Amino acid sequence: MLLAITVGVLFTAAVYLLLRRSLLKLVLGLVLIGHAANLLIFSSVGVRRGRPPLIDEGQTALAAPYTDPLPPALILTAIVIGFAVTAFAIVLLRRAYQEIGSDDLDDMRATEQ
Amino acid sequence: MIIRSVILQSATRLLVPLLVLLSVAALLRGHNAPGGGFVGGLIAAAAVVLQAYSCGSPSARRLLVLDPRTYLGIGLLVAIISGLWAPLLHGQPVFTGVWGTFAVPAVGELKIGTPVTFDIGVYLTVLGVVASMALELLED
Amino acid sequence: MLAPAVCRLAGRATGYLLAAVVGVTAVYFAAQVPVIAQGQTLRQAIAWVPELGVSLSFSLDGLSLLFALLVTGVGLFIVLYASSYLQDDALLGRFYAYLMGFMASMLGLVLADNILTLFIFWELTSVTSYLLIGFDHKDAKARKAALQALVVTGSGGLALLAGLVLLQLASGTGELSSMLASGFTASGSELYTPIVVLVLIGAFTKSAQIPFHFWLPGAMTAPSPVSAYLHSSTMVKAGVYLLARLTPILGGGSGGPQGWTITLSVVGGLTMLWGAFVASRQTHFKRVLAYSTVSSLGMMVMLIGAVSAAPVAGAAAATAAGLATYILAHACFKGALFMVAGAVDHAVHLKDVEQVGGLGRVMPFTAAAAVTATISMMGVPPLLGFAAKEQVLVTMLAGGPGSMLGAVLVVAAAVASVLTVLLALLVGLKPFIGPLMSTSEPPHEGPVRLWLGPVALGVAGLVAGIAPWLFAEPIVRAAAAAVAGVPRGELAAMPVDLSLGHLLHLGPALYISLGAIAAGVGLFVLRARWRAITAPLDKLDWLTAERAYEAIFHGGVLGLASLSTRIFQNGSLRVYIRIVMLAVLASAGLALAGSGGAFLGRDLLGDVKADTTMIEGVLVSLIIAGAVAATLVGSRLAAIVAVGLVGYCIALLFVVFGAPDVAMTQFAVETLSVIILLLVVFRLPRFNGKSSRPARIFDAGIAIGVGVLMTGLVLAAQSNLAAQPISHFFAERSLTEGYGRNVVNVILVDFRALDTMGEITVLGIAAVGIWTLLRIRPTRSGEISATARRAGTGPGAGHDSGTAAAEDGKDGVPS
Repeated sequence: MLLAITVGVLFTAAVYLLLRRSLLKLVLGLVLIGHAANLLIFSSVGVRRGRPPLIDEGQTALAAPYTDPLPPALILTAIVIGFAVTAFAIVLLRRAYQEIGSDDLDDMRATEQ
Repeated sequence: MIIRSVILQSATRLLVPLLVLLSVAALLRGHNAPGGGFVGGLIAAAAVVLQAYSCGSPSARRLLVLDPRTYLGIGLLVAIISGLWAPLLHGQPVFTGVWGTFAVPAVGELKIGTPVTFDIGVYLTVLGVVASMALELLED
Repeated sequence: MLAPAVCRLAGRATGYLLAAVVGVTAVYFAAQVPVIAQGQTLRQAIAWVPELGVSLSFSLDGLSLLFALLVTGVGLFIVLYASSYLQDDALLGRFYAYLMGFMASMLGLVLADNILTLFIFWELTSVTSYLLIGFDHKDAKARKAALQALVVTGSGGLALLAGLVLLQLASGTGELSSMLASGFTASGSELYTPIVVLVLIGAFTKSAQIPFHFWLPGAMTAPSPVSAYLHSSTMVKAGVYLLARLTPILGGGSGGPQGWTITLSVVGGLTMLWGAFVASRQTHFKRVLAYSTVSSLGMMVMLIGAVSAAPVAGAAAATAAGLATYILAHACFKGALFMVAGAVDHAVHLKDVEQVGGLGRVMPFTAAAAVTATISMMGVPPLLGFAAKEQVLVTMLAGGPGSMLGAVLVVAAAVASVLTVLLALLVGLKPFIGPLMSTSEPPHEGPVRLWLGPVALGVAGLVAGIAPWLFAEPIVRAAAAAVAGVPRGELAAMPVDLSLGHLLHLGPALYISLGAIAAGVGLFVLRARWRAITAPLDKLDWLTAERAYEAIFHGGVLGLASLSTRIFQNGSLRVYIRIVMLAVLASAGLALAGSGGAFLGRDLLGDVKADTTMIEGVLVSLIIAGAVAATLVGSRLAAIVAVGLVGYCIALLFVVFGAPDVAMTQFAVETLSVIILLLVVFRLPRFNGKSSRPARIFDAGIAIGVGVLMTGLVLAAQSNLAAQPISHFFAERSLTEGYGRNVVNVILVDFRALDTMGEITVLGIAAVGIWTLLRIRPTRSGEISATARRAGTGPGAGHDSGTAAAEDGKDGVPS
């Protein structure tokens, strides 16, 4: 419940940032939308507090109740990829600013120079 | 961009080896406890970035010994070989885990499987990617 | 595929190396002739997608062997020919790669036993031939022709795929050999009509039958070796191969369904006549050959139809033998003539047949090859072309349907042979006789590799004609048996006799043949008059599907594309995002509203209070505060810090909810992200230039809508956990099969390792992308742009690494 609302707020903030004219805000929006999506995946299976999905010594399988291990596995890679995308976006932003001399998206409509 | 601070530099001298150790630990125990190649690689990269911040990127490159992109390449190669090990040597589908037990003097029995080597590949790739990005940006 | 690399290493020797490879393959297939001629079938299979019944299975029977020999045999000379014809081309390595790729796909096509494997190779030939036809990529005409060929054969391929899938459904097996062995005929199935229609569309587009024939002459813009290869023995024969292969199944063997026979006969007959007619009006060397190829293909299709129509098995086999002989003969003479055309063009740089003359004295070898091929094409004994034509005429006279159709087809074949004689003389004889025309540079014989191919193919046709028992008869016999569906035991009894002594003793067929030759020669002499008389008919060729193709392709598809581009992709990223978000809202919102929305009536605040611990409350409050702050603050640094705060709090949330691995990763990533953002932020301008107030309110509306939608999605998902989560699988096997206690990690590196492999590859690509972005400094009109100055590196270094990267990209393409 609580997470659902958090996801909603994060998406709202992210989309609003994506629609701003500043390139930096665009990148921040990307970061936020990544967080929001991760949390969405994490919370959509119904979260349980507590035990991480680790098999205890002497056991051969997870003892219930456990946190579903699949969403964390999906999110883990998503986080790292999200980081790579963010870094790429940052560098792109920097190069765009160097080349065009503006960070205003409304100045970047033409595809050719 | 180098932050000239004696405190930071002495802290770095202490922290970098710790971080490297931590990252290797995270990698190796990742199969049985929280950790793994992704986290390990990120921690190792963090160590490199810290070194670059406090002592400059040439010193960070010396710390890495090899070019970060070499790590990236080796990592991908190790991962692919781990994946192709089963089909090529055992005729099983791609990415089937193959395990073997080796007796190592002084340590005892060591259980090594392609998933472990694959995780090492992930570790090296992540380290290479993040370190290369950060160093390039720092030097830009 | 390694050809470009080989080319760089081996230099001029590449051609010989590749030719050796192809030659060895050809010899291998030739060595199989005795085995296959006994009626044996070789088979090899590798399971591929067992779930779908797709396996990589190949089989070699008579028909496959005939085509495999053509592909490799003609291919051998084509490689040699190309190595000389294109030796100055900088992209020769790439050409070899395309050519070998095409050859491999063609071989796969004729050897495939599984129909889906066959289809995949079918499409591969379309793609590789596209690359070959458009090889001269600087020529707009070549590109257009290549695209046309790809679109026509590709859309035919789609129809074929549907037809083949239906066939698999109807027969219950994907293996052609199983279908043939069980005597399966599709005519009993209710899917029969759709299967036939779809397969025919596929075959007709590939084999350039009316009304789809227009792409073939266009494809003549390809380099001569390509035309020679694609149009004599491979690409266009794929459709013929398919029809012949499926004849026992779709045509029902002897006495098969009427519709199949009539369609093939009529379409094939029309194509044969029209192709020959149009060809007779051309003077452009390769266009004559192209249209005459269309005509020959029509003849083959017509013959395939006749196989099914034959009343008794013996007649069917005889017709099939005629077909197989003709395919063999055609590959020899047409391949030779195409190469001759290229050689002449190479020597005198003239493309109009009427302007060329008297080359016989200066290019003796080429001329000899051309004349041999011509004689074969005319159907004059003792060449194989004669045997083919006789066999065809005999069976058509004797075994035809005996109806109106049969009679009409015989007449059509006779008329077509008259025109064929004219065409043969036009391209094979005309350039080499008469007075030597004047050219800027004296014409001369090309190097050995240019005339070796035509000569070899000519000799092959001659030997096959004089001594058919050497190799022609066994191959033809085995191929015909496969087409007519003759069981292995009766193979030896098949009436296949290509010897001259036998063929010269036949009555009416021989008279028709001789009459056609005489009429053809007459027509050749009077060809100027003929062209004048028939000029008005030229316009008819425009009535073909080319018009429709142009209308659909340019008017329809491209028009629609440019319209939608103007509306939706006007170049502003913000507009794109708005459109995407609104589309998401509309589609997902509707779906969610349609699903009942039971969660909407819940007491949200009450739920939150009942279900929240202190620490979660604090963390979520911080996240919300951070998100709101990030959108509102005016300072760049503050915005970054706010986003960082959100990230760290989410990491803590992961800790609370039992995902320590994720939390650790998130901490590390968040730290690194903030560091990198801080590295860059001070080199960017401050936030400025806010949007207008209405725009901000509009965007806020979109954003809030998306937020509410996502909250709704999570709630809907949580209240709808219908399926049993797959996690039990992981929970139980992680230790027993993955030997790991950390289930998350075992999923990453074992159960779903292939995904992880993909993900780290993406990481690598991102790193390379960043490296390239930072290193490449574009230059504007030769000058280093102002922004290219960077500390530590001179402008020259940046420029160099830029070009190096560009070259890497270029080299990556052909391999």
